[in-house]
Amino acid sequence: MHEPHAGGAGAPLLAVRDLHAWYGESHILHGMDFEVRPGEVATLLGRNGAGKTTTLKAIMGMVGRRTGSVVFEGGETIRMPSNRIARAGIAYCPEERGIFASLTVAENLVLPPVIRPGGLTLAEVHELFPRLQERADSQGTKLSGGEQQMLAIARILRTGSTLLLLDEPTEGLAPVIVQHIGTILHRLKERGFTILLVEQNFHFAAGVADRHHVVEHGRVVDCVPNSQASTATLQGYLGV
Amino acid sequence: MVTFFGVPIQALMGQLLLGLINGASYAVLSLGLALIFGLLNIINFAHGAQYMMGAFVAWMLLTYAGINYWLALLVAPLVVGLFGVLIERLLLHRLYKLDHLYGLLLTFGLALIMEGLFRQAYGISGQSYDPPQMLQGGVNLGFMFLPLYRGWVVVVALAVCLAVWAGIEKTRLGALLRAATENPALVRAFGVNVPLLITGTYGFGAALAAFAGVLAAPLYSINPLMGSNIIIIVFAVVVIGGMGSILGSVLTGFGLGLVEGLTKVFYPEASSTVIFVIMAIVLLIKPAGLFGRAN
Repeated sequence: MHEPHAGGAGAPLLAVRDLHAWYGESHILHGMDFEVRPGEVATLLGRNGAGKTTTLKAIMGMVGRRTGSVVFEGGETIRMPSNRIARAGIAYCPEERGIFASLTVAENLVLPPVIRPGGLTLAEVHELFPRLQERADSQGTKLSGGEQQMLAIARILRTGSTLLLLDEPTEGLAPVIVQHIGTILHRLKERGFTILLVEQNFHFAAGVADRHHVVEHGRVVDCVPNSQASTATLQGYLGV
Repeated sequence: MVTFFGVPIQALMGQLLLGLINGASYAVLSLGLALIFGLLNIINFAHGAQYMMGAFVAWMLLTYAGINYWLALLVAPLVVGLFGVLIERLLLHRLYKLDHLYGLLLTFGLALIMEGLFRQAYGISGQSYDPPQMLQGGVNLGFMFLPLYRGWVVVVALAVCLAVWAGIEKTRLGALLRAATENPALVRAFGVNVPLLITGTYGFGAALAAFAGVLAAPLYSINPLMGSNIIIIVFAVVVIGGMGSILGSVLTGFGLGLVEGLTKVFYPEASSTVIFVIMAIVLLIKPAGLFGRAN
């Protein structure tokens, strides 16, 4: 995988500072501050409506208006349109998975353009997700929920992006599929990908993450290393 | 004399051919409309005016610059396509966040302006444009006489429709277009310059309309109102085929041209309304159109 283009040792891959975001008149993010270091899996944990999904969308430039600073690999992206942010090396996997009904599985898989070398080859993607090769000619949305989630993750691995934003990849999936996705995330981390994960399933998050950022009312209210994250603390934050 | 339900076979074939030729125009025009509606969510009322401009540009190229039909077939769509790109960049792109109605009103206004300008310059009596030398005359098929130019129009329109369909269904650019039609924000977040794709699509749709206009130039009198006469029928074709459906608009275009031709043979009084009757029935039974997907 790529080394970060800018910043010395220990410099964050992604630094979010005082990020505000709006949908129309609704002010959703109220000054998000957090960092993601190269090679780590960081989470945004929080209740429904806390602003986790909006944070990922704001990083990608997919909200109506945003202010603050989002520095990726040493470069400011806050004024960039979302296609340029993606070209800078950030890949996004949305909560609703975003599989295209009018495209086959194979077409969905190769849709995101390769932005720089270093991503997985198609053969490597198929090795991680053999089911996608078997169902290559099926309509994308004819896959099961788990398979669609795999496809949504798989298609951003080829692009050469170093940072993956994954929005609730385990939502609504059977435990065995959740476990499989956990294994995949471990392998991606070994491979050098940096992952920012939005989760409500803290058991899953605790199994894969290095650090957790707890989000409440559009702000990060706590940052807990996974080694120090007790079930009780996180359950308290998540209200479960 | 051979007859079919009391109608001489020559008359039947003649009307079917006429239906196919009209259908060819409907198909190419509705294809452009469907492409534009699919990606831009805009009902392009200026499509008829762009068709008329295609015919006029071909006529102007020949009259003022001596540029022949074959070159005009390339140059006129290019000119009108670039004009479309300008319209999209300067005007239409400001409307995407508003209701569809605003796009419809703007393009309707643009159509009236373009028609008005050509009317001012050339009047409404119409200009004539001869078919190219190579396609003058015709062949006797035994059961009917086929004018070569009319045969050419059907063949080339069919080829263009198939090429566009294949481009959309079988190429990477087509996959990007289909995906951007479904979820433009996500396609953009994958690093694709969707605004450029949208501009290109509008320009291409306008170029297709102009191409149909050049094909029509030797068949009909070129006049500023030729677009508004045909565009209402083409809208009906798109509604019957299913808004945004590429294959639907092509098949429906040719199919309805034939239905119109047959109606002229068997019940001429209904020939100008039959398409609208079909539209009403289709809307009642399948509101999304024959090939459209209900949202």
